Amino acid sequence: MSYSGISLFDLVIAGVGGQGTILASDIIGKAAVKEGLKVMAAETHGMAQRGGSVVNHLRIGCEFGSLIPLRSADALMALEPSEALRYIEYLSEDGIIFMNTEPVLPVTVTSGISSYPDINYIIDHLKQRFNVKAFNAVELAREAGHIQAMNTVMIGAISKYLPLSKEVLLDCVKLSVPQKTVDINVKAFELGWLQT
Amino acid sequence: MSKREFMLGNVAISRGIIEGGCQVITGYPGTPSSEIIDTLATMKKRDFYVEWSVNEKVAFEVAAGAAIAGARSVVTMKHVGLNVASDPLMTLSYMGIKGAMIVISADDPSCHSSQNEQDTRKYAQFALMPCFDPSNPQEAKDMIPYAFKLSNMFQTAVIFRPTTRISHGKSDVELGEVNEHRPQVKFEKIPERWIMVPSHARVRHPYVLQVYEDIRKELESSPWNHLELKKDSKIGVISSGVASVYVKEAMKRIGIDASFLKICTYPVPEDKITSILRQADTLLVIEELEPVVEDEVRIIAQKHGIITKILGKSEGFVLRHGELNVDICMNALSKAFGVPPITPEIYEINFELPSRPPVLCPGCSHRAAFYVMKKVFGDEGIYPSDIGCYTLGIQSGAVDTTLCMGASITISSGIYHAGEKHPICCSIGDSTFFHTGVNGLLNAIYNKADITVTIMDNRITAMTGHQPNPGMGRTAVGEATVAVSIADICRALGAEFVEEVNPYDLKSTEEVFRRAKNHKGTSVVITRQPCVIDLRRSGVRKPAFSIDQDNCTGCKACVKFGCPATEFDNELKRAKINNMCTGCGVCAQICKFGAIVEVKK
Repeated sequence: MSYSGISLFDLVIAGVGGQGTILASDIIGKAAVKEGLKVMAAETHGMAQRGGSVVNHLRIGCEFGSLIPLRSADALMALEPSEALRYIEYLSEDGIIFMNTEPVLPVTVTSGISSYPDINYIIDHLKQRFNVKAFNAVELAREAGHIQAMNTVMIGAISKYLPLSKEVLLDCVKLSVPQKTVDINVKAFELGWLQT
Repeated sequence: MSKREFMLGNVAISRGIIEGGCQVITGYPGTPSSEIIDTLATMKKRDFYVEWSVNEKVAFEVAAGAAIAGARSVVTMKHVGLNVASDPLMTLSYMGIKGAMIVISADDPSCHSSQNEQDTRKYAQFALMPCFDPSNPQEAKDMIPYAFKLSNMFQTAVIFRPTTRISHGKSDVELGEVNEHRPQVKFEKIPERWIMVPSHARVRHPYVLQVYEDIRKELESSPWNHLELKKDSKIGVISSGVASVYVKEAMKRIGIDASFLKICTYPVPEDKITSILRQADTLLVIEELEPVVEDEVRIIAQKHGIITKILGKSEGFVLRHGELNVDICMNALSKAFGVPPITPEIYEINFELPSRPPVLCPGCSHRAAFYVMKKVFGDEGIYPSDIGCYTLGIQSGAVDTTLCMGASITISSGIYHAGEKHPICCSIGDSTFFHTGVNGLLNAIYNKADITVTIMDNRITAMTGHQPNPGMGRTAVGEATVAVSIADICRALGAEFVEEVNPYDLKSTEEVFRRAKNHKGTSVVITRQPCVIDLRRSGVRKPAFSIDQDNCTGCKACVKFGCPATEFDNELKRAKINNMCTGCGVCAQICKFGAIVEVKK
């Protein structure tokens, strides 16, 4: 759990370059600022964005640095299953994992250099130690209208665990996504919300 | 009414530039600095001049010219860019400026997107310029207007050094007032100031050394350095910049009660350092990268005859490489002061994760160019490369060296003149060619290096976030300008073999590379094809390709090409193309069985 007097809620968002991790952390951060809270966040830009592994740290109600110490995050939001494992060391003992179960295969796997772990095995493994909320957010986003709204599904799923109101979060979703995709994203948020 | 916004550090810095009333901003893109100019250049209304310059030396000099004429100016770059600009930096130090000038050089501890992790604070010491080292985005914004004032007060350029965690950190930032006053711009002819001939330089050097001490006194009481003396504690901690917030959190977590000095300006505040040295028996210095503060603390202690035990990098408490974090700071504190450490139990994962290195995008034309290059020059070929997206050609086996901007052509020349017998084919991007490749090519041609230079012209500066360059016919703010022809430059430099080719057309590209390889002397191949990301953003959509399962033999030739859009289905033993396909059609040319076909609409 995030340390008392240091941060209200520490969140790690993991994913793959291009999945919308930055937009997800931006929406949650904006909502926290709207609620009058201090926010510190760290993002991956540059080289790592070209399909590489991406991790953002978001600390709500925090006035220290943006980097979350090991085993301190209240939640890990994984936009990709294997990326949940890559950053698991940040999650605290009683932390919660929100996981999209649809994988993005790295070139090392598609070209046959390495293999991708079995998704159910990943989930079972994590469930032995943590509270895991796993669901196919890409499917839900497709149902909402577009697979690119996957990150919004994830925000919807985590929303009731954040120290932020659903209305403010939804407002920030509406303000942050392209105008013509607002309806899709609102639906995506609600579908995510129903998962947890 | 106060206004708080959730901002990227670099956006906060650009806000500081506006609040400070800046008139001229120049720079060359480089992670993590690029979004400062990106933000300023895309503003709908602006009352300042902003440009992407062709390299950092050029950008630095344009900003210096503006400041000499009396304006407030800013130049932005990444840390290694300051190496390119170090020639004007070292003498502008003597010359000084008239208006105000801030040199923003963004450091990248841990090399997130860089070829080294040099510490800009060392340059500031070397150049005798003050340096600002912010600890969070709010401070970064607030420091800029202050830095303009200090620069003007002492008539010197000042250095501003954010690190990746500041530039690419995000936080709530309280906006300030915009300074509407603009200094008058009028170039005054003052030979002893603006003409650095030896007789003037000899006079300016001792003057600048004196001013450096005056600046130290001025910064001593600046709001960016903060001392908390604990009368009941005999231990002390000094930290600087972004590390100071990690240290604060670490002290709170492990429950250390110590005097604490936060330093965010250089030259360091000597009086505050003396105070904490006199209070503490043992003092730990924690800073990222070089022991800049630590060395100063040791010098100050000796100067004042203070025998406090000073701990830091030389004793191994903090490393001289890599970025810091709260865990590292907690370890250093507990080791230094004998406090029980908090070692979190690490959750072991007992299976291997597939590595996920950054790769060239699906459909990127660089991959096609590398494929052909490798086919023509073979495994024995030598492939020096450069800084840009195409550095990711490592995956294609066609990148053998990467040193610094523009070094592909020059390293190739050196390998050739050393007597290497295997053919040499180097790669450099369009923006990097304009940056420092031109000089290297001129030198190669003049000195008769028998090499092939591939200029991978994707019509944009892609890796740093798609900034325009001189080849595109558009300035930073989107105004039309001359589109400089790379081929014409090469011919003007004296190249006798210059060919442009579309790298998506594998057959023609191969034919051109074969002739280039056979050409005696320096040959230039320009592979020209717009960046796939930029093309997509401009609304261009090509039909995707798919695999005809009946014709696919499962030979994996297309999969080995390495495009993220091609996968191999292990159960069906057939290749497949996923939804990332951009329709470049290169894999269809690679397939010998005609199994890859365009999807009919």
